[in-house]
Amino acid sequence: MTYLEALIQHSVALIIAVPLLSAFLMPLVSRVHPILRNIFALLMLTVTGCFIGLLTTDVLANGPRIYIFGAKELTLPLVRILFEVDGINVFMAIITIILAIIAVIYSWSFLDKQDGLDKYYTLLLLVVTSALGMEMTGDVFNFFVFLEISCIASCALIAFWIAEGEALEAAFKYIVISSVGALFVLFAVGIFYAQYNALNIATIAQAIQFSFLDKIALILLVVVLGMKAGLAPMHMWLPDAYGRAPPSVTLVIMSATLASFYGVLRILFTLYGNILPTSIRFDLPLNVVLGWILIVLAVVSILIGVIMALIQSDLMRLIGYAAVAEVGYMFLAIGTTIAALGAPYATVALHGGILHVLNDALDIGLLFLVAGAIYYVTKKRSLDDIGGLARTMKFTTVFFIIGLLAVAGMPPLNGFTSKFLIYESVYQLNPILSIIALLCSILMLAIFIKVLYATFFGPELPELKDVKEAPKSMLLAMGIVAGLAIFIGLFPNLFLDSLVKPAADALLNHTQYITTIVGGI
Amino acid sequence: MIQYIPFIAVVCMIFIGLYAAMFRRNLIKIVIGITIIESGVNLFLITLGYREGGVAPIYTSLPSGTVYPEQMVLPVPQALTLTSIVIGVAVLALMLSLVMHIYKKYETLDVQEMRRLKE
Amino acid sequence: MFTLESGSGFWNPLIWILIIFIAFLLFYGIRGFGKSLYKKGTEQTKAFLSGNKEAAPEEMHVKASNLYWGFTVSMSSLYSRLRKMHTGNVSDYLLWFIIVLAILFLVIGVI
Repeated sequence: MTYLEALIQHSVALIIAVPLLSAFLMPLVSRVHPILRNIFALLMLTVTGCFIGLLTTDVLANGPRIYIFGAKELTLPLVRILFEVDGINVFMAIITIILAIIAVIYSWSFLDKQDGLDKYYTLLLLVVTSALGMEMTGDVFNFFVFLEISCIASCALIAFWIAEGEALEAAFKYIVISSVGALFVLFAVGIFYAQYNALNIATIAQAIQFSFLDKIALILLVVVLGMKAGLAPMHMWLPDAYGRAPPSVTLVIMSATLASFYGVLRILFTLYGNILPTSIRFDLPLNVVLGWILIVLAVVSILIGVIMALIQSDLMRLIGYAAVAEVGYMFLAIGTTIAALGAPYATVALHGGILHVLNDALDIGLLFLVAGAIYYVTKKRSLDDIGGLARTMKFTTVFFIIGLLAVAGMPPLNGFTSKFLIYESVYQLNPILSIIALLCSILMLAIFIKVLYATFFGPELPELKDVKEAPKSMLLAMGIVAGLAIFIGLFPNLFLDSLVKPAADALLNHTQYITTIVGGI
Repeated sequence: MIQYIPFIAVVCMIFIGLYAAMFRRNLIKIVIGITIIESGVNLFLITLGYREGGVAPIYTSLPSGTVYPEQMVLPVPQALTLTSIVIGVAVLALMLSLVMHIYKKYETLDVQEMRRLKE
Repeated sequence: MFTLESGSGFWNPLIWILIIFIAFLLFYGIRGFGKSLYKKGTEQTKAFLSGNKEAAPEEMHVKASNLYWGFTVSMSSLYSRLRKMHTGNVSDYLLWFIIVLAILFLVIGVI
């Protein structure tokens, strides 16, 4: 076995181990020198990114990969943790690591004068670890553990600006909501163990019966993970948390949020994949009922997110509501897929939804980075207190324009490519849904044009005469995201064919997943 | 009938905890409510792990005359519960420290007053 | 490589960029037909505010919360309802969560 093969084989474990161990090395390293600490965090995340790249090439070429923690040969019942990685897992891991690397580059100068940065980097790496763990694990209880780690670490990071009472308030709201949610996930795990004597996703998926208890577990898991992803009307924690956390933190919390969205996908398509077409009552199949519930909740999220964003005066909070609307688009896509399971446009909707996860992470992330840059130079949160910044912050203005066009789904940027797939496929299910989605996109454009006018255009305000352009590392982070946004917008097929289609196939082809895992044990 | 009592207790505890978290105004009481929910879920896991006539899976201290490994109990629910308790302690400590800091900033523990972030 | 197929339509960013470019050329051509009467530094460049005096530029800046004022006022019944929904109280966040859980339970579990 060559070194490369060994690395690929163990990369599944190393992807979790490297950020986890470097998180706990961080206090030690930061005693040496602050710059060494920043380089260490960046280096370790890059190493993790390299492992994810290796794993991605392997998984796309050779199919799902299993990694067993514990004894390989066992006659007793399975007491061990399996990591199972297929197309959707590596896709989500790539998004997580991109967001994490950008957050670390950004916080280099964004937080350079703050205290407690050793703990900040420790917690940041822990959130990254937990998001990666949620995305790679094949075990429902392990999923719960990573969910709790992400909840604890994110909560501590939201309260990073502890001098502001609002940050504490947002953190408290976040931990109350997510710890109650996580306990319900544990309850669902208990239900699975009671019925099937297993915790492995594939084993449960093979044996699942859709008894009354399974229905309860399905509802608990979908609602809790939907709440963690920011689905309305359970979205209220999201603008609070996103609006008060430092923007670099928002990026990693967003990766944890998207990991919850991945959890919804895994539960619906794989765990309950076998019994989705069974009819529950009145000849209504489960997939139609569930799909329409998700579609209704998604439309509510899009509407509430857009309408509430219009009246916000705090820029980061406004972007938080826009993030709620974007989550709504993802759920609209997967709701359509589930409601029309088997139809050709269902696959297109799933492609759109999965590609939108990447695009949402980049677009909303870019807007948060710009909002952070504005906060960094002006120290003001309210949109009413700022204006005329385009005179001094030329690059930031350009990045903001790219971000607003992308998030509103304007061609030729990346937001359009996924929204195009979503509109076209949702139209075939019900035209009204597509029209609502399109109108809300236009309203989103109007909102961000307002922000653009209020912050960057207009006369120079006397108290903002001596602001400077944002520091270089922040510009670099924004530039990377903006470049990726334009690149995906111009070459959507590159990503669609190489990453999104394998991910969608992995979700739709749940029998292959189950037989690979159960046969491979 | 007697074997259903733990499950009834689980449901009661979860609902009491939810009631406390939703309708009590004191932040500490909300934290207590969440802890009660957690205890309820832990009780649920422990109840699942009970097997009649089973023995603890410790080879050195088996009662005489037991058939092993058939009579041993697979200790997965207990392991899950231990993990869950540890996580619960971390969440509890974090929540209480946040409540402490919130009291310093807001000078109240009333959840109705903790509404600077709204709309 | 550039064309995105959706089953019922397609999207090609290059064609779009080409169309935009041609449109800009067209606009530029039309702009050439305009009259060149503009002179800098004369009365022409001043804003006409119905005969009122022009205020200092700092006072002319429209604040963000005043933009789209008409929209928010005409939708005020919707906004008052949504404001009432977003109480900012953490107990209400939990209540919404339980409500959604209960509705789904009724729809999927019972019916």
